[in-house]
Amino acid sequence: MKFAVLVFPGSNCDIDCYKAVESVLGEPVDYVWHTATDLSPYDCILVPGGFSYGDYLRCGAISRFAPVMNEVAKAAEEGKFVLGICNGFQILTEAGLLPGALRRNMSMKFACRDTVLKVENNQTPFTRDYEAGEEIIIPIAHGEGNYYCDEETLEELRANGQIAFRYKSNPNGSVDDIAGVTNKQGNVLGMMPHPERAVNEILGTVDGKKMFTSIINAWREQHDAANVR
Amino acid sequence: MKAKVYVTIKQSVLDPQGVAVQGALHSLGFNEVESLRIGKYMELELGDVNKEEAEGRVKSMCEKLLANTVVEDYRYELEG
Repeated sequence: MKFAVLVFPGSNCDIDCYKAVESVLGEPVDYVWHTATDLSPYDCILVPGGFSYGDYLRCGAISRFAPVMNEVAKAAEEGKFVLGICNGFQILTEAGLLPGALRRNMSMKFACRDTVLKVENNQTPFTRDYEAGEEIIIPIAHGEGNYYCDEETLEELRANGQIAFRYKSNPNGSVDDIAGVTNKQGNVLGMMPHPERAVNEILGTVDGKKMFTSIINAWREQHDAANVR
Repeated sequence: MKAKVYVTIKQSVLDPQGVAVQGALHSLGFNEVESLRIGKYMELELGDVNKEEAEGRVKSMCEKLLANTVVEDYRYELEG
C-alpha cells in the first residue's frame, strides 16, 4: 500500500505524518508537492497540518486551489482513502470534500494539549481497529478548530454515521462536540486532533496507531489480502 | 472600476472574535454595545469591464473564494 503526504507552502506536520506511516506501518510513503498533477500511484492521501499559505483569507482557502487538489478530489471520487488532519481538515472542508467549516476557537486561544476522543463510528476505514465508543487520547494543536455545520447538515451527519470522533470535553466550541467527520461514502476523514503525533510512547500516547493500522487493514480487505502477515 | 467587498460571519453563526471585542469594549465602559461582528473588507481594482459584467464576476469571486458561504455572508459595492 502506497501513501502520499501532501506538502503545501506552510505545512508543518508533513514530517510527522511521513514518520507515522513509516514507523507504524513500514509501508512506502512519499512527500508530494502541492503542484503535483498525478496521484494515481497512491492508495491513501494524507493532507497534513500546518499553516498552508499562512492561513491567508481563511484556513485552507488558498490551498484548495493548489493543482494537487483536483487530484485529491479525483482520488476521493475513486474511493481511495483521504485523511485530512488539522489544517488538512480545514483544506478538505474548503474544497467541499467534507461538510461544514472550522471557525475560530470559542476561547479565542490556540489550544495545544491532549484531548480525550470518543470513537463514534468504528465502521470506517480509518477507525475499524478501535472499539465502538472507545476513548482515546490524541493531542490537538489549533486556533481554528471550532467545527460548524447547520442543523440540517448535522442531522445528516448523525443519520449517516459521519461523525467519526467526538471530544469528551469540548475544547473549542465545536457543534455537537465534533472532532472528526467523514464524507457520506466514508473514504474521506477530516479531524482536528493529530493521530500522527500519538504513535510512540515517547510522545505520551500511542492511541493514534490504530488509525494507521485501520487504514492498511481496510485496504488489504479491499484488495483481498486480509490474511497476509 | 472598483469593487468593495464586505465579508461577515453569518448572524446564525457565533463570532468568537466579535464576542471578545465586545467584552473588551464593555470593560472599557462602553456598555451600550449590544452586539459586535467582525468581518473582512476587501478592495478590488478591476480592469476594463462594464458594470453589468463586473457584477457577475465579483459575485462569482465571492462565492468561489472570498467568502465561505457555509459560515459567512458577503455583500459588495461597485464604483466607477
